[in-house]
Amino acid sequence: MNLHEYQAKQIFADHNLPVSKNFLVTNSKEVKKAFNVIGGDKWVMKTQVHAGGRGKVGGVKLIDNIEDGIKFTNQWIGKRLISKQTDEKGQPVSVVMVEPCIEIEKELYLSAVVDRSAKAISIIASGEGGVNIEEVAETNPEKIFYEKIDLIIGPQPYQARRLSEALHLDAQQSNEFWNLFKNLVKMFVDCDMSLVEINPLIITSEGHLHCLDAKVNLDSNALFRQSNLANMRDLSQEDPQECEASNHDLSYVSLDGNIGCMVNGAGLAMGTMDTIKFYGGEPANFLDVGGAATKERVAKAFKIILNDPKVKVILVNIFGGIVRCDLIAEGIIAAVKETELVIPIVVRLEGNNSKLGSDMLQKSSLAIESDNDLENAAKKAILLAE
Amino acid sequence: MSILVNKSTKVLVQGFTGSQATLHSEQSINYGTNIIGGVTPGKGGTEHLGKPVFNSVAESMELQPNAALIFVPAAFCKDSILEAAEQGIPLIICITEGVPTMDMLVVKNKIDQLGITLIGPNCPGIITPDEAKLGIMPGDIHKKGRIGIISRSGTLTYEAVKQTTDLGLGQSSCVGIGGDPIPGSSFIDMLALFNDDPDTDAIIMVGEIGGNAEEEAAKYISNHVNKPVISYIAGQTAPSGKRMGHAGAIIAGGKGTAEDKMKTLQSAGVHVVDNLLEIGIRTQQVLD
Repeated sequence: MNLHEYQAKQIFADHNLPVSKNFLVTNSKEVKKAFNVIGGDKWVMKTQVHAGGRGKVGGVKLIDNIEDGIKFTNQWIGKRLISKQTDEKGQPVSVVMVEPCIEIEKELYLSAVVDRSAKAISIIASGEGGVNIEEVAETNPEKIFYEKIDLIIGPQPYQARRLSEALHLDAQQSNEFWNLFKNLVKMFVDCDMSLVEINPLIITSEGHLHCLDAKVNLDSNALFRQSNLANMRDLSQEDPQECEASNHDLSYVSLDGNIGCMVNGAGLAMGTMDTIKFYGGEPANFLDVGGAATKERVAKAFKIILNDPKVKVILVNIFGGIVRCDLIAEGIIAAVKETELVIPIVVRLEGNNSKLGSDMLQKSSLAIESDNDLENAAKKAILLAE
Repeated sequence: MSILVNKSTKVLVQGFTGSQATLHSEQSINYGTNIIGGVTPGKGGTEHLGKPVFNSVAESMELQPNAALIFVPAAFCKDSILEAAEQGIPLIICITEGVPTMDMLVVKNKIDQLGITLIGPNCPGIITPDEAKLGIMPGDIHKKGRIGIISRSGTLTYEAVKQTTDLGLGQSSCVGIGGDPIPGSSFIDMLALFNDDPDTDAIIMVGEIGGNAEEEAAKYISNHVNKPVISYIAGQTAPSGKRMGHAGAIIAGGKGTAEDKMKTLQSAGVHVVDNLLEIGIRTQQVLD
């Protein structure tokens, strides 16, 4: 699950990481108050969307008078921000965050991620901040520094000292860095985060470390014990189809093709997409209907697939393991009737009672093609989509 | 021979009386698996599926289980795994999906320190055909044979099993290592076991997008594995930045694509198929 920058900074503040105080505006009438509360004579206004690349498209701006602040707010609130990191529709803007303008001496980079191969939390730092870190990793890997945190031991001062030295911090900043380092790890663990990126972490003109930006991803599997954070979910930033699917415990990702897919199991769902592509077709989606493909779940899955107007045919691929294929066939027949499906559907059933299942589908007098050979089924679907 | 489990493996089921555990334990017992009992706190002293129920793993140790099969809800998996590990049960299999990554970071480091093998979570389990089934896979698609199968996905494992069964090759053992970012065992751990197993002639490795477990496996294969390895990677058509069902199946920052994994495996001498329907047939060709 992703958070907005203002939400991430709230959590940062709660864990004693240095961030600016901010004020949120949702309409231009609030700009004056925001500027008064923040104080000073220069402000940074930042659109709040779940995507990076805001600055390059004018979604982050330095403002020095109220008129421009009102203009910026009117320009963005209720609109969609399209950047390199969004799709062509962009992300809706409903909140603009106002912060004081801070003089920057130097930009650094700091992040924390789950390191899958080290089985640890990796802290990544670089003296090259404010830029695309993946590019730095490609071109100048020696400029990126790593510390692995063993969760049984926790973060140690020598690790922070090693990074401070690599970042050329002075004695005062090194002290600040140790606090930042250990608080970052504590926050990461306590809040079940999967990624924190502070880009840039800055040295202010007064010589202090300060988190200028904040990006946070949470581990969706841990939301059951993070109810405060779960409440921060902003559905407007997510694909409505994917949201609808997740509300019904279905895993769905939309793609660009015209062959809808309904499969049990995530691996086989990907494998089915690949098979369609292999034989020259284009999958319209990833959809894992799960182990228990009941009538209700199948019907829901059909509805979600059919919300995509590009879909011309649905390929159902079920490997009946513990679940019997005749029960799944029953579910498919009922769901086809219930959803009044008008497009053709090709079903491949394999495994437990698959013969019985396909016989039922064939006898149903519905527009269902049944073929238990995946290659044939995929080819039929591709033909029907043309 | 086989790897990890056989008909003498004494299996303890944690979360024994729950509905999923009951369904799958019953099937495992019918398959011939030696399930000696189970644990459900608060239900100790009763019987379930004709086997004794204990309040804790410690109490069950009088029966000397040497494998623990876990079906408890995701929130309690860390506790159940560590409880079995504390008692020194050398093989722990966790089927449950949805375990928080932070829990797994602690668990993985702890079981490595103790020298315990953990399979999963978020996996179908392990089966040695005609001997023992510790998991949720359909037993009847398997056939005793000489192919080892390792996979991050449940239903894709079944595809590979079905193809090798239909061709008459059969399987020595099949291990689902699970689709999570921090699995208890890696491809490498299982490749090592299959490489040493005299009854395994070839190894099928089914990978998917996300992380670099396949790349690490490729390196290991070129240095240490002297049996043929056949591999399929799911997610060749998956978009970047989207989680494809499994918590670990995500292309992050351009890393972890199927294309990269397939290339790396190929250059390590692995027989990579780009069509999942060719897993079995390619295995047969490699062995001929």
